[in-house]
Amino acid sequence: MFDDFLIRALIGGVGVAFVAGPFGSFVVWRRLAYFGDTLAHSALLGVALGFILHINLTLGIFIICQILAVLLFVSQYQRQLASDTLLGIFSHGALSLGLVALAFMDDVRIDLVGYLFGDILAISRTDLIWIYGAGGIALIGLMFIWKPLLSITIHEDLARVEGIPVDRVNWLFLGLIALTVAIMMKVVGMLLVTALLIIPAATARRFANTPEMMAILSIFVGFLSVGMGLLGSFYYDTPSGPSIVVAGCLLFILSIIFQRK
Amino acid sequence: MECLITATLTFLYFENIYMNTALLSLSAINLNIGGNHLLENIDLTLKKGEIVTVVGPNGAGKTTLLRVALGLQKPTSGQVKLAPNVTIGYVPQKLHVDPTFPITVRRFLALAKCKNALNFNELLADVGAEHVIDSPLQNLSGGELQRVLMARALMREPDILVLDEPVQGVDVHGQTELYDLISRVRNERGCAILMVSHDLHLVMASTDRVFCLNRHICCSGTPEVVVSDPAYSQLFGEHAANNLAIYIHEKGQKTKHVCHDQGVN
Repeated sequence: MFDDFLIRALIGGVGVAFVAGPFGSFVVWRRLAYFGDTLAHSALLGVALGFILHINLTLGIFIICQILAVLLFVSQYQRQLASDTLLGIFSHGALSLGLVALAFMDDVRIDLVGYLFGDILAISRTDLIWIYGAGGIALIGLMFIWKPLLSITIHEDLARVEGIPVDRVNWLFLGLIALTVAIMMKVVGMLLVTALLIIPAATARRFANTPEMMAILSIFVGFLSVGMGLLGSFYYDTPSGPSIVVAGCLLFILSIIFQRK
Repeated sequence: MECLITATLTFLYFENIYMNTALLSLSAINLNIGGNHLLENIDLTLKKGEIVTVVGPNGAGKTTLLRVALGLQKPTSGQVKLAPNVTIGYVPQKLHVDPTFPITVRRFLALAKCKNALNFNELLADVGAEHVIDSPLQNLSGGELQRVLMARALMREPDILVLDEPVQGVDVHGQTELYDLISRVRNERGCAILMVSHDLHLVMASTDRVFCLNRHICCSGTPEVVVSDPAYSQLFGEHAANNLAIYIHEKGQKTKHVCHDQGVN
């Protein structure tokens, strides 16, 4: 009954949910949702870069996300603009610049909706290698900085006084988030990347009493969302990315009702 | 006999050097951010076993001064010197832990980098907070949080304990208890204490030296000296100064007693 493309979609979705769980938890704890959005919105610019340089488009997205992460990190030291204003400028600037850059390329026709909302059913073998390769690197990197990152999340100055290399850990973390965002693009699209990061984590919060438990539970909530969303998409012929997010929202609402009782 | 006298003199000599060596010294600190002089020409030393309190009105740069002393903020000019092998324990004013972050007091203590494994129950009992060990960090009252933060700082076996407004948001009874705890930590562990406060009454009784800060140091010395300084009345108002002078007079016996204890130790 299930076709080859559906199995690839499921494998890809599960891989992305696996990476999104732990990173999404940190995005929630450190209030980085808008930051994730900004990185994701730069993806079209990455696609344009991929076409210009004739490289893999995911690699192009990854490069642009990294550049933007560096820019955001450096600009947090200026005191002229509030951080949400700054993020807004970068976010919408990058999105618009991406669209304009693509319009200049006459011979390039892209599936814009696919990039905006994801096209999990079109996941290729190369995409799967990217998701599992880059996702694996991101998770191993996160495990490496897990403990210092928890300390920084609680109190940055306290961590600094205790001798944690706060700036280095933060750098690495932002780089890894950029990597995560780049591989999530294919599954839920640039407009919904943040949703897949924060909704499973927010759902898991109600059942977790340690940071690790929350990260692991949000992985499973992510699995469920991907599975339910794909099934819905298959049976009702709805767009896959939004279906996954709707499934995630349903689970979130259920978690609230469940907790009240 | 001669030998004994020499030995005693030698002991006193070293004791003297030992007591007078500054663990932390700030000299000629200036801090200028965006054209604002936040700190002007600050000199401050902290010796072993000493409690130094920085008082001053809001916006006087107290927390900024602590950040400079902790090495978190680089001064525009001046020097911050820390004696070799000195460990600092930092007790921040509060934590901004997001409600979505699931963390208990026990786990919070476990995250600290400390020299050797400790029993968290004993540690918390020592600061009077053993009942919160399994509570989420976000559920603690101001006083409980200060005790837990102090426990975490003490895990590092610090030579210097730095506290930022330790009694902010704690009721008066709790404030007295916290200051007693701070004094006890100094007496039992011999660590020097540098703290910041904007309230004057309670802090005066349990401190050795006071620095009165309003971007620059207006006056400094023992609590008695500072209170009778005209610069102090000018900064805090005649009324506050007079009230405090009476308070110190009443508490005088106790203050002397504390000083005496320290001398014996």
